[in-house]
Amino acid sequence: MSRLSQLTDTDVVDIAAAEEAGLSDMEFARAQKILGRVPNKVELGCIASMWSEHCSYKSSRVHLKKLPSEGPRVVQGPGENAGIIDIGDGLGVCFKVESHNHPSFIEPFQGSATGVGGILRDVFTMGARPIALGNLLRFGAAHHEKTPRLFDGVVRGIGHYGNCFGAPTSYTDVAFANAFNGNILVNAFALGIVPLDGIFLGTASGVGNPIFYVGAKTGRDGIHGATMASDAFSDDEELERPTVQVGDPFREKLLLEACLECFATDALVGIQDMGAAGLTSSTFEMASRAGGGVHIDLDKVPTREAGMSAYEKMLSESQERMVLVAHKGKEQVVRDIFAKWELDCVEIGRVTDDGMVVLEQGGQEVARVPARPLADEAPKYDRPCHPATMSLKRDERVADMQADNVKGFITRLMPQPDVASRRFVLEQFDRHVGASTLVDGMHSPAAVHDVVDSPADKAVSLCLVARDDLCAIEPSSGALRTVQEAYLRICAVGHEPIGVSDCLNHGNPQNPEQMNAFVEVIEGLAQACGDLSVPVVSGNVSLYNETDGRSIWPTPTIAMVGLGRGAPAMTVAPGDAVVLFGAWPERLEGAFGLRLYGKLTDRTMFADWAHGEVLRTGRAMREAVAAGQVARLWPMVPGGVGRMAIELFDGIAHGLEVVVPKLAPGPLAAEDRPVGLGIAPQATVEALTRQHPDVQVVGKVLEEGRLRFVDGTDEVTFERADLARRDEAWARIVAGVR
Amino acid sequence: MRGRIIVRKKPELLDPEGDTIRAALARLGFDDVEQVRVAKVFEVDLPDGGRAVAEARLQDMAEQLLQNPVMEDATVEIDP
Repeated sequence: MSRLSQLTDTDVVDIAAAEEAGLSDMEFARAQKILGRVPNKVELGCIASMWSEHCSYKSSRVHLKKLPSEGPRVVQGPGENAGIIDIGDGLGVCFKVESHNHPSFIEPFQGSATGVGGILRDVFTMGARPIALGNLLRFGAAHHEKTPRLFDGVVRGIGHYGNCFGAPTSYTDVAFANAFNGNILVNAFALGIVPLDGIFLGTASGVGNPIFYVGAKTGRDGIHGATMASDAFSDDEELERPTVQVGDPFREKLLLEACLECFATDALVGIQDMGAAGLTSSTFEMASRAGGGVHIDLDKVPTREAGMSAYEKMLSESQERMVLVAHKGKEQVVRDIFAKWELDCVEIGRVTDDGMVVLEQGGQEVARVPARPLADEAPKYDRPCHPATMSLKRDERVADMQADNVKGFITRLMPQPDVASRRFVLEQFDRHVGASTLVDGMHSPAAVHDVVDSPADKAVSLCLVARDDLCAIEPSSGALRTVQEAYLRICAVGHEPIGVSDCLNHGNPQNPEQMNAFVEVIEGLAQACGDLSVPVVSGNVSLYNETDGRSIWPTPTIAMVGLGRGAPAMTVAPGDAVVLFGAWPERLEGAFGLRLYGKLTDRTMFADWAHGEVLRTGRAMREAVAAGQVARLWPMVPGGVGRMAIELFDGIAHGLEVVVPKLAPGPLAAEDRPVGLGIAPQATVEALTRQHPDVQVVGKVLEEGRLRFVDGTDEVTFERADLARRDEAWARIVAGVR
Repeated sequence: MRGRIIVRKKPELLDPEGDTIRAALARLGFDDVEQVRVAKVFEVDLPDGGRAVAEARLQDMAEQLLQNPVMEDATVEIDP
């Protein structure tokens, strides 16, 4: 039995050390076969990291390829640092969403901050300048003892990194549930604009070309992050206090500018961020993509501490670092640019043609591993699945809700943090730095950003959606609903949905029920994205989100990106019409509002997938907003038409009257139809209803600041002051008030 | 008696503030400074109840409030 920590770099390992590093017996045997001998400690560290769930996607690869990733606009699909979609005029939009769940649970501020840093690097290594950030967060129950500290830390960490770096954080989605008590979700999204003739990929080609290490120095922080993210938590491990990373957003800003300046020269061959598994993943991935090898002298790697071993240098996850490959003879160009931005830039090796990653330290070879076989022959598992043993039952809460009245339902709905105002969170972010933000997510279903320096008024939009509450009941239908909501949110700002990045947050894949949920989620996403023609161009999978055997809800986060001209008109005046796109929703199964009436423990069926209706309504919404016939519009979101009316009311200075078919919770809470509720200016409402027969007038904008629901005989009114309840939820959470 | 709790970032962690100060010192001519690490000092006045007791209490204060155990180390000292 040898403990890893007692071995030196070149000591040959045994099966116990391999197990400690996270390799199974079979994987260790396979590693020995690839090498033709037993690996030493450095080689084991590299192989275990590359074959960790986090880096190799070994449990998810066979299923991920079911997702549609092609389309006429797709320039770069999955497999690179981020995806790219053509938005015309020689420009592309580059984006990706990624999880930073485990680090954020251990240290919420730095964990979430470095999550933002990582996703920004993924986008700007492709050659794009980041113009927007977004995030999707899931915390434990609002009254759970850990929630206040985690919530506060995560929100401040995200704000800190984005604000200092200088990219606007314009969109957020936050929800709370018991299922996340021991395992929060922090999914960070970044979007940038790239000239299509200036895209850079992570490849190390051209024998003899120099390999540079640029950015910050390497320290002993975050060693083993990738393997840590590929393992479940237990409460004991919390006490071990693993090391975390500290981010430096100001240095990242310098790194961005230096990289973009470098891209504009003809000096670069390829570039790769040092993310999870640090120098290991960047060197192995760049070499295997190019089909060649690299030779690295680890003595040249800039370090913060003296005496770092090769093992530590290869596995450190210190932030704000990159590996880049330059053309031979252009070394000085690269050095001068990074010197100007006061960043370390050191030549650490050369590209070779022998297909091997060779590492040297102290004049001695410490590792020699073939790059391609390690990537090609990475373990791949089709793990056993079987559906959760939940019986299909009628949802008893439907009757409880139907027994309530509109006043009761809306009063319960307003202070629910999941559907409350996003003000408290978004106000902590700089949503407008960089001057690209046309509309942020405060009162809009999606954020809209101007593509500066593009012809005309080209704009892109973004939103992040997860319906974990539905995926917990019925993973496949929940996934369909997730994509539907994201799609309609983009349509509601008058844009065309053009692409998706997905972040799949799930439990332990070795648990057949969790694996089954994962597979069903992918099937749902594949069908929805296929039917709606939105390709999935980038993403990430986060498994093992469980603590002491309790798993999170399956949570596929969908980040949808749209393309259009400008943003919705937004201006509203008394007398304008309230309009409904589509027919009133009816069925309550699967409605968020039911959660206000107790807990569901069984499976229940909800809404069929009617993609024709989604496409038709989406198109009508998009055209009407783009034509200025609708000034503000909310699509179907959790909380139903009741929530949509509240969101509209919260975003304007006037009041709203909404005529409902029946003054009962049903039509306001039901979510079974892909509808939209909007405000149409008086001058255009007639043209709108003529062009779109599915649009009906269901009310008007009032002079006084009230929200009124009426049917033929009765009315229920809410005052502007009642909206304060939408903000109080946050204050209660931060204060830890139960 | 007066005690002191010193809270420092763990040595393996990046200290952006320290790095910035080191760079500023170099610009002022102190260019041989190899590293600067920033730490926080809490001076705490306690009733005289014995050195060992005071040290234990200061350590408790650090663990329960003043130190982020994931990222920081704390040391305590008592004035003679």
